[in-house]
Amino acid sequence: MSLLEPGGIDCDIHPAVPNIRALHPYLSDHWRDVVIQRGVHELESIAYPTNSPLTSRPDWRLPNGKPGSDLDALRAHALTPFGTSVAICNCLYGVQLLFSEDMGAGFARAVNDWIAAEWLDKEPRLRASIVVPMQNAELAVEEIDRVAPDKRFVQILLLVMHDHPLGKRHYWPIYAAAERHGLPVGIHAGSAYRHPVTPLGWPTYYTEDYAAQATAFQAALSSLVCEGVFTKFPDLKIVLLESGFTWLPAHLWRLTKFWRGLRMEVPWVDRAPTDIVREHVRLTVTPCDGPPSPEMLQKLMEHMGSDEMLLFSTDYPHWQFDGDAVLPDGLSRDLVRKIMIDNPRATYTRLVSEVVA
Amino acid sequence: MNMTVMDRKPEAINQSFLGFIDCDVHPFFKTPAEFDAFLPQRWREHRATIGGRTRQGLAKASNYPRMSPGNGQRMDAWPPDGTHPGSDLPFMQEQLLDLFNVAYGLLAPLVGGAGGERNVEFGAAMATAVNEWQLARWCDPDPRLKAAVQVNIEHEKAAIAEIEKRAGDRRFAQVNIPPRGVEPLGRQRYWPILEACAANGFPVSLHLGGNGGHPSTGGGWPSFYHEEHPSYVQSMQTLVTSLVCEGVFEHIPNLKVVLVEGGFAWLPALCWRLDKAWKRLHAEVPFLKQKPSEYVRQHIWVTTQPIEEPERPRDMLSTLEWIGVDRVMFSTDYPHWDQDDPRFAFKVPLPEEWRRKIYHENARALYGLD
Repeated sequence: MSLLEPGGIDCDIHPAVPNIRALHPYLSDHWRDVVIQRGVHELESIAYPTNSPLTSRPDWRLPNGKPGSDLDALRAHALTPFGTSVAICNCLYGVQLLFSEDMGAGFARAVNDWIAAEWLDKEPRLRASIVVPMQNAELAVEEIDRVAPDKRFVQILLLVMHDHPLGKRHYWPIYAAAERHGLPVGIHAGSAYRHPVTPLGWPTYYTEDYAAQATAFQAALSSLVCEGVFTKFPDLKIVLLESGFTWLPAHLWRLTKFWRGLRMEVPWVDRAPTDIVREHVRLTVTPCDGPPSPEMLQKLMEHMGSDEMLLFSTDYPHWQFDGDAVLPDGLSRDLVRKIMIDNPRATYTRLVSEVVA
Repeated sequence: MNMTVMDRKPEAINQSFLGFIDCDVHPFFKTPAEFDAFLPQRWREHRATIGGRTRQGLAKASNYPRMSPGNGQRMDAWPPDGTHPGSDLPFMQEQLLDLFNVAYGLLAPLVGGAGGERNVEFGAAMATAVNEWQLARWCDPDPRLKAAVQVNIEHEKAAIAEIEKRAGDRRFAQVNIPPRGVEPLGRQRYWPILEACAANGFPVSLHLGGNGGHPSTGGGWPSFYHEEHPSYVQSMQTLVTSLVCEGVFEHIPNLKVVLVEGGFAWLPALCWRLDKAWKRLHAEVPFLKQKPSEYVRQHIWVTTQPIEEPERPRDMLSTLEWIGVDRVMFSTDYPHWDQDDPRFAFKVPLPEEWRRKIYHENARALYGLD
């Protein structure tokens, strides 16, 4: 593995809601009654089956409870071993999967208040992303406006697959709010399963579902660029979380080549997609999905054409790398520093203002 | 590579660009009634009254209008008689086959709607008709053109019968299946058809297109053709994932798959991702005896068009190396608007041996051409 830089900023860790009862104190009376009376079960997505090897590194599993659900364990597993100074909590709970917009909003609120009280209040190295009801942009903005004054929330969290491609105007109020509050929008792997997870229908295996996430990110980038989101919101930053990144150069080569032939369809895309993406989009480094040799990885980094796009992440507790080899072989010291410190600080301005203060 | 040659006169073409095998040529009809000669009465009437019904709403137009008439044709490819691009053999010869002295052209007929037809009996009849039409209108008059067996994979019995009927007929080079179907192609219910392809010596050509009724992204329907176009690549990635992860290549070890009109630069990253996922999740797919990338390397060929254009042209070389130069085959996609010209497609000079393989030898070996 490449040696780590002390004081790194981990941009993707996953504290888990241990069970729905843990949210009871944070739900409104109405939604708590609903949960109890209707016997609402855990809102757990099929994206990470609890016992699947990918869901947790074996030695990060807990004797009792879901991986990622215990703060002391998270400190010992994810923060200390990597010398992490700050880690951003991206809570994956089935909020966005609900069909009821109001129920989605009720649960988003509960998850955000839960994470502030149970994690951020107790561990100063932690920050969090704001979970929003993607089902309804107006309600999502209400939740962003409610939570954003707490500067420990450093990002807005979306799933890469929902009702509509993420560039569609349906989601623009969310991007406007992000810009207003100076918050990047983090797009995490996952789906609300409104549509088959591939353009060819539902695959058979979980392995295929997981591989398909990369194609969903490609489509989301196409959408954000083609719909003109970055023209409309010039200060918007997008972070792709658990996306993989090795697919990016080939996707941009294609998107940019065809922009030359198709730009009359999307005249608001006034620059090459490659340039737009390089300015506005960042990607977390785990899972690396890298080539088998360090030499090939170095070549791929040249294909990326930028050393400012990758952000450090462990993806805790997901089991993405062997042992503690969180960064692949073949990265220069300079690039490691950028990935672990400089690039996250440039992306999450709320981290910097606080560090400086 | 002589980048200064800009005119299209044959005498100006560098010899080294002549005589290649074109792995993606699109024939078209002058009038849809051309298929009637090959349809039984019952289906002639059906075609005239109900017509084709796929899984998209617009009957005549594409949901994503193209940038040029004829659903995205090269502007100079309209034949002098005003009929549809690709519909006139002498004009195709002038613009493609004779111009470049093409050794063989692999036909990919995107006509007739056999593959995506919801009425599978009609789809099967149209498949047979388009197969006969390819022979009569194209392959017999110009034997350089090789037909692709059309099938409707939702009608297993008819599809297998059609494949068996064409076996041994050297005018057919492969079986053509649209990638976007009702379910991912690796699913077990499609195995008998894939088995029939392999058993009868046909590579399976997966030319982008089809309409399974699913949004072209896992996050719903995009707005623009500019998104639809790259989404073909995502369909190709899904196809490779499905064929590999379902164990198709374990089950049918002599199956050969050709990905057409999906580009190729995306393939290495997909292989790395699949290998990585397999490392953790192999217990779910225990029938896979090798890494996913090894199945890809053994069973999958790619065609070049629409060729990706790296920001630094030399990055094309590492990309080709990662895929394996013996698995890449040149294609023009004539007469579509985004077709590639053999002279200008690669923006970096290829080593002579690579060029020979990509333009000539790989396709010759795969399809057993003289």
